[in-house]
Amino acid sequence: MRVTLHIWRQKSPGDRGQFVTYPLDNLSPDMSFLEMLDILNEQLIQRGEEPVAFEHDCREGICGSCAMMINGQAHGPERGTTTCQLHLRSFPDGAEIYVEPWRARAFPILKDLVCDRSALDRIIQAGGYISVGTGGAPDGNCLPVPKADQDKAMDAAQCIGCGACVAACPNASAMLFVAAKVSHLAHLPQGQPERKERVRKMIAQHDREGFGHCTNIAACEAACPKEISVEHIAQLNRDYITSALASLIR
Amino acid sequence: MSLDAKVPSGPLAEKWTRFKREQRLISPANKAKYTVIVVGTGLAGASAAATMAELGYKVLVFCFHDTPRRAHSIAAQGGINAAKNYRNDGDSVFRLFYDTIKGGDFRSREANVYRLAEVSGNIIDQCVAQGVPFAREYGGLLETRSFGGAQLQRTFYCRGQTGQQLLLGAYQALCRQISYGTVHMFPRCEMLDLVVIDGRARGIVTRHLVTGKIESFAADAVVLATGGYSNVFYLSTNAIGCNVSATYRAYKRGAFFANPCFTQIHPTCIPVSGEHQSKLTLMSESLRNDGRVWVPKRREDIGKHPNDIPESDRDYFLERKYPSYGNLAPRDIASRAAKEVCDEGRGVGPSGRGVYLDFADAIRRQGIERIREKYGNLFDMYERITGENAYTQPMRIYPAPHYTMGGLWVNYELMSNLPGLFVIGEANFSDHGANRLGASALMQGLADGYFILPYTLTHWLAGVKPGLPPLDHPEFRRCEAEAHQRLKRLLSIGGQKTAVEFHRQLGHILWDHVGMARCREGLLQAIEQIRSLREEFWENVRVPGSDADLNMALERASRVADYLEFAELMALDALRREESCGAHFRVEYQTADGEAKRDDERFCHVAAWEYTGPDREPIRHEEPLIFETVKLAERSYK
Repeated sequence: MRVTLHIWRQKSPGDRGQFVTYPLDNLSPDMSFLEMLDILNEQLIQRGEEPVAFEHDCREGICGSCAMMINGQAHGPERGTTTCQLHLRSFPDGAEIYVEPWRARAFPILKDLVCDRSALDRIIQAGGYISVGTGGAPDGNCLPVPKADQDKAMDAAQCIGCGACVAACPNASAMLFVAAKVSHLAHLPQGQPERKERVRKMIAQHDREGFGHCTNIAACEAACPKEISVEHIAQLNRDYITSALASLIR
Repeated sequence: MSLDAKVPSGPLAEKWTRFKREQRLISPANKAKYTVIVVGTGLAGASAAATMAELGYKVLVFCFHDTPRRAHSIAAQGGINAAKNYRNDGDSVFRLFYDTIKGGDFRSREANVYRLAEVSGNIIDQCVAQGVPFAREYGGLLETRSFGGAQLQRTFYCRGQTGQQLLLGAYQALCRQISYGTVHMFPRCEMLDLVVIDGRARGIVTRHLVTGKIESFAADAVVLATGGYSNVFYLSTNAIGCNVSATYRAYKRGAFFANPCFTQIHPTCIPVSGEHQSKLTLMSESLRNDGRVWVPKRREDIGKHPNDIPESDRDYFLERKYPSYGNLAPRDIASRAAKEVCDEGRGVGPSGRGVYLDFADAIRRQGIERIREKYGNLFDMYERITGENAYTQPMRIYPAPHYTMGGLWVNYELMSNLPGLFVIGEANFSDHGANRLGASALMQGLADGYFILPYTLTHWLAGVKPGLPPLDHPEFRRCEAEAHQRLKRLLSIGGQKTAVEFHRQLGHILWDHVGMARCREGLLQAIEQIRSLREEFWENVRVPGSDADLNMALERASRVADYLEFAELMALDALRREESCGAHFRVEYQTADGEAKRDDERFCHVAAWEYTGPDREPIRHEEPLIFETVKLAERSYK
């Protein structure tokens, strides 16, 4: 296969950045998108140029590292797929492919395709957990969880924290990310004591980080490599309103 | 030098209780005076850091990712073992202990393994309390399934994403401590060296991966939770970033490296498709619950569509050779059996290096929906990578390097031979012997981090005065200078080959000679080849860019440089261990029917290697393995 890549190159956060074109030949359709970038980088090093910086690690679609816009789509054209699980067989021979980093004010670009997603960690730190110390937990079977609730919790808990929802959203909102954690814990009995406080704290941090508001466009769901549903955002909204009302009444 | 394992005396089942009863304590008010460094934020590192911080210590945590949630524990799929006996199928702490000891082919330390089984139940409780969404029965209680090497259903799971959910649980516990200010998190920081002052670990030197800044951090104790090294094979199931550097550099500062040749080859990975391949993808071992492994009986049938090969012409070789465990034979046994049929020329797929994992029977019996519910994400992943639908035709699988059982030597308290240096999770050697059973890595990571280290580290800290050495101590200065020099040197060579090319070459040498089956001649040859490749590396590697900004090529080169030294230690260890055990198979030592043949007379010990300087042969120390409770027996799964 043959493709022409147009890749965003940006030396440092302050640099202007620009697209640079790289034609590549002799590629196998069985190659993953990142393996194609590996080949490009090997060639660049051989030529004495700096390789394209991009994040990647597990290459199994679970660590959430590999973040890039491919022809304007987060993680590329396949539904429910991370970039590392995207293969060249998804592209026609001779394709022109534009590759860019996530673009959001809350995700400053560090270099080329690498951006800083630590804002997502700070949202979890604001309350995306259950406060339980180690040791002394009751037997796991003391708290039965209906299978349907557990399944819902697990659907939400699958979030890999890649930030595709933010990149796909015209408002650069991280609402699907927040909703996934809120909904995961809200569907379990263990998550109830802190449920109201959690949602308020996480939303407040979300706003402080400079993410935009959710306007129900659902581009996040379409881009999510784990196909997390916007239903969880509806759950988040219900919890947020209940929580806000409760705090007013109190 | 004798290696004191510090195993408490008394009956096996009471050792840990006894340790806890006799451990020294530190008053809550004084704990904040102690600083602990944790390197690595996988299951072991994150759980240890969160727990130490809960106890009141000041904790500094380092990881090379942008966030602790990306550690490779996240990729574990199948499950975590625990001796809960919820199934009423006869499980107990002793049985989990025995399965693990036997699975490791009697090359792990009895007391450590017993303790692991003992705390396994607490892990499940702890994780449930944190909100880990384990699979449930319709009545709301926890569900379990079975795994290789066991005849019970003791594996708890979260669909095919158990590692992810457990790691997120530990990560959230860590985030909670970060928000309290008890943990200081340093993401995008790679450990470059261990600082040892007066024989005691006193800190680390790190490089910030974005700014390139080299910095030192001092502590009362250093905990390494930096995972395994099977990326030394180039192609493995590990994440690309996994590496040996932290443990190897600690080794160069005096920590002993134990059993480096014990690497596990996992039987169910997607086969290699071409030279371009950068890593191998594991298909969870839990698939063997319902999948039947086979190859065609006759070579003439190779190349036919699997669905066109009638039942009578299929060789279900695991069921044939190991009738009592069948498709759930342990990993080393299943891997070797797969290699054997491929070596006979009956392997399937384009490379001839593959066997079928077939779900047709299970789908017929349980319905496609049930199978989709249990393994759906794994089937999707398989289809994405291979373009084949495993619901309508069997998967193709082949063994690949996976977990490493070797690691830094630690005593019962998880401390290395260097006082103040603790090593937990996959980075240490202690619990899995010569082979790790499925669903026990997650168990060890969390057992060490949540339930063992907090006790043993407290016990040790109680015996030392709190207080940090100054960062301008000559030892810190020396380590920083050496780290600088090393990076500068890599950047200045300006050769013809990239670090990745060297890594790939090294991987070929290891896979051929230090892989699933090894022999004396092959190992000697490998050592020669590794040496000359290493020499070439330092003359001919090309590393672009600078050390003052984000430079992933430099990071990679630096890790490959360590692999080029470490690989030799692996080969040397394999050469000296003149027996076959677990996943370590020396072809000279096998039974008449081709099974691994242990030599308990000469090798019932841990081999711990001491670094003696560049280009000098390391010294091999032995810690005898003493079995007080179990009887050493030939491992049989027939």
